[in-house]
Amino acid sequence: MKYDVAIIGAGVTGSMVARELSKYRLSVCLLEKENDVACGASKANSGIIHGGFDPEPGTLKARLNTEGVELLFAAAKELNVPCIRNGSLVCAFGGEEEPMVQVLYDRGIQNGTPDMRILTGDEARELEPNLSEAVTKALYVPTAGIICPYELTVAAAGSAMDNGAALLRNFKVSSITPEEDGYAIAAEDGRTVTAGRIVNCAGGFSDKVANMVGDGGFSIIPRAGEYLLLDKTEGSRVKHTIFQIPTKAGKGILVTPTVDGNLLTGPTAAQVATPESRDTTPEGMELVQRLAAKSVPSVDFRQVITSFAGVRSSVSGGDFIIEKSRKAPGVVHAAAIDSPGLTCCVAIAGYVVQLLRETGLPLEKKQDWNGRREDPHAFRKMNDEEKDAFIKCHPDYGKIVCRCETVSEGEIRAAIRRNPGAADVDGVKRRTRSGMGRCQGGFCGPQVMKLISEELGIPMEQVTKNGGDSYMLTGKAGEAK
Amino acid sequence: MKKELTCIICPRGCALQVTGEKGSLEVTGNTCPKGREYAIRECTAPVRTVTSCVRVANREDTMVSVKTLNPIPKGKMMEAAQMLHGIRVFAPVKIGDVIVDSLFGSPVVATRDVE
Amino acid sequence: MKEHKIVVIGGGPAGMAAAVAAYDRGVTDVVILDREPGLGGILQQCIHNGFGLHKLGQELTGPEYAAVYARKVAERNIPVFYETTVTALSPDRVVTAQNRDGILKIKAEAVILAMGCRERSRGALNISGSRCAGIYSAGTAQKLINCAGYMVGRRVVILGSGDIGLIMARRMSLEGAKVEAVCELMPYSGGLMRNIVQCLHDFDIPLYLSTTVAQIHGNGRLEGVTIAQVDEKRQIIEETRRFIPCDTLLLSVGLIPENELTRGAGIPMDPVTNGALVDDSCQTMVPGIYACGNVLQVHDLVDYVSDEAERAGIGAAERILNGDNTAETAKTEAGFGVRYVIPQTLHRDGRDVPLFLRVSRPFGKVRFTVRQGDEVLVSVKRLKAAPGEMEKITVPGEKLSKAQGVITVELEELA
Repeated sequence: MKYDVAIIGAGVTGSMVARELSKYRLSVCLLEKENDVACGASKANSGIIHGGFDPEPGTLKARLNTEGVELLFAAAKELNVPCIRNGSLVCAFGGEEEPMVQVLYDRGIQNGTPDMRILTGDEARELEPNLSEAVTKALYVPTAGIICPYELTVAAAGSAMDNGAALLRNFKVSSITPEEDGYAIAAEDGRTVTAGRIVNCAGGFSDKVANMVGDGGFSIIPRAGEYLLLDKTEGSRVKHTIFQIPTKAGKGILVTPTVDGNLLTGPTAAQVATPESRDTTPEGMELVQRLAAKSVPSVDFRQVITSFAGVRSSVSGGDFIIEKSRKAPGVVHAAAIDSPGLTCCVAIAGYVVQLLRETGLPLEKKQDWNGRREDPHAFRKMNDEEKDAFIKCHPDYGKIVCRCETVSEGEIRAAIRRNPGAADVDGVKRRTRSGMGRCQGGFCGPQVMKLISEELGIPMEQVTKNGGDSYMLTGKAGEAK
Repeated sequence: MKKELTCIICPRGCALQVTGEKGSLEVTGNTCPKGREYAIRECTAPVRTVTSCVRVANREDTMVSVKTLNPIPKGKMMEAAQMLHGIRVFAPVKIGDVIVDSLFGSPVVATRDVE
Repeated sequence: MKEHKIVVIGGGPAGMAAAVAAYDRGVTDVVILDREPGLGGILQQCIHNGFGLHKLGQELTGPEYAAVYARKVAERNIPVFYETTVTALSPDRVVTAQNRDGILKIKAEAVILAMGCRERSRGALNISGSRCAGIYSAGTAQKLINCAGYMVGRRVVILGSGDIGLIMARRMSLEGAKVEAVCELMPYSGGLMRNIVQCLHDFDIPLYLSTTVAQIHGNGRLEGVTIAQVDEKRQIIEETRRFIPCDTLLLSVGLIPENELTRGAGIPMDPVTNGALVDDSCQTMVPGIYACGNVLQVHDLVDYVSDEAERAGIGAAERILNGDNTAETAKTEAGFGVRYVIPQTLHRDGRDVPLFLRVSRPFGKVRFTVRQGDEVLVSVKRLKAAPGEMEKITVPGEKLSKAQGVITVELEELA
């Protein structure tokens, strides 16, 4: 099949680009090397909608961040992705750090961040009573928010698919060959698609993809960030996202509620070998605890339910690289999308489409485009009477599979059926929260595997945790080995 | 001979000492007569009850749990388990139904009902 | 809204015994709500034997023990709502549940909590490394193998020497897997000695004490773990790091009472047991709500679960029949060497009261003393005491009727 545009990488950037392109009379495909969307940095990051005060004024990051905040809130609403404008506080601890608050404030003014205020330590503690007594000054950014990054990615890719885009999973691009009017894109498993234009949203591998079309100007420096996620019992420890004064290495260790009501702390920043070096380390986990406690001393780290690491795709220049290829006509790179990439994703998608237009891509709007996405958690939000009526018509919603997060069989089946369907245990988890609670899948795991097996029509032994060789079972019991 | 054992007859797990020769073994440390019996058997011809599962041929993904009704020689446990892997039963099965007439001297019976 | 005299939440060993006891004590309007399609709870996956020696005088497997009580439930025609999950409990005893028929609300005169416990997961342990497939809690693996009939791996390392971990070492071996090692962070095992003998020694599986899993390796599926010894402060001793190739890591690192409903109802909890604070009839601090079995305290033997549940069932029935127990109360307290004592409150109404407790670390020969001030109420000797084993000490009712104030249970080591 020949596509008008092939997007390499179904992270939040690629998925948003696909959704943006699905507004036009174009054939679009998303090529994803993993078994699901949102498998790289988009599944493991802070989930913050940044106010826009942090990027260096004049950079692409500064422009797209300021533009991106409201675009993202609007898109999230349309896509029914939970997001909360909880505001953020950047805290200074003592005299040495205090001047930085003013620097950030000034930068925010230049970047166009609205409604910021500088608070004294006591004013900050009034907003956030559990904040450390050692906080002496803080920048309050009321426009900032929190969002679930993988739900956003799933929703964006799903919306694109609902509007005609294709998702090819396990498509690990190995070469790109110019052809008449476009490119042949080959995957490691032998599949090939051809496309008139290519958008490189390959995250940690965007430099490799750029190399495939002859662009060698940048290389990705993978930097891991480790997180600790705490149980909902800790979720109300803070209302705002609590930052420390940023350093060159990153925005420091934050303490934030999540849209699901948990508490998230992290990330560290350490250069790692590859974009897939997602191991957590004892040092990292210790550092997160220590620095999170600096901001909010009362966090109870016995309530940690899981630890994880995500890898940022940074470059030495520091700014996003969003540009037309210098060598290959019709190729646009959206590379080096590290923080605040999530905040910028809708703005980036708009910018990428503009660049594609400049390459001569005809953009004719579809009349029947529907950007709305039904709320996948509608059932969860119903009251008892509504639930009762709904279950009477859809009995599967009455059977609870995940008891910790109260997820029903009906919701899990829907997550497997609906674009982009969950195809593995982690995919179900990201879409439904099944297995994300206290028992971490101990009780619901076997049932989820069974539902995946049934819905996809595959044997239990072929069910994976996250595609590839992440198989869950090694055979049948009670059989000769 | 002189041997130290932990009694496995009940959860108390008494520490037993066995001395003497076959036929005239002395047991100390036991807090009930069963402990003495166990110690002597363990030093002469040790036995274990084997529990496992057998596939139900006419039910999808269903296992029926089974046990040897009497203990079998300890050294035959792995072999017994392997032999059970070849067995298929047909539901319905009731607790106590004989699944194998004799496995190393003991019947194997179902320990769960399968409708 | 439906109404029932007694609603029992959970149809495992505790729920069944509680329902039967309440019925037999004279309150026949009892219902059981259970999330599974059948009664028995976790016992259904515990196919090994060793259940029932105390309570039934015979050695049964888990499913057989469950069947004994399921029969009692059936004989009394106690209604059971299967595949029904309770989602909320209010302090005034309205139970909200859901199943394929819809939302169910029941107003009860008494509610008996019998939801059991869950396994501590990897997340709570903070083991560093990758998040690959092949890491299971021991009970999840047990369910997959014994109930669904699937093997979870071929080459296994087990972290934690709790009884489920030990039982699974044997089970995996019998199913043809190679169990490389059982690692235990503490300098002693958390499981019963008999299980170490018949699950590890019988199969030549090494048990490494003061050893933990330091790192998890693998991309898709687990490829191995690094184990290492720990010092007295449980810190890893770097030079002892050692890689063991394996495709499966089973975790048996503790059980946590499943008390989300309890907390939701605002019932005061004991931070040590992670269960509710209860009196000698297993009544929580919220009148008419009782707790028994592993949701109250993690038991080592199901026999004691049944005993405790019977007290809860009788307590609930008697409260309905006779009203609140108005006898004076006394509080219990854990003294030296004792981690906790249940019940935390008892009535001095002349009845014997069994006290349950666990010790804080392994001891050799000890004497437990139950005293009130300087007066010794009971004193018993044990040849040894270990944290993995629950101790039961019965205090005669006539002694309690005189006791005032706080009752302390403590131990002293004997030479």
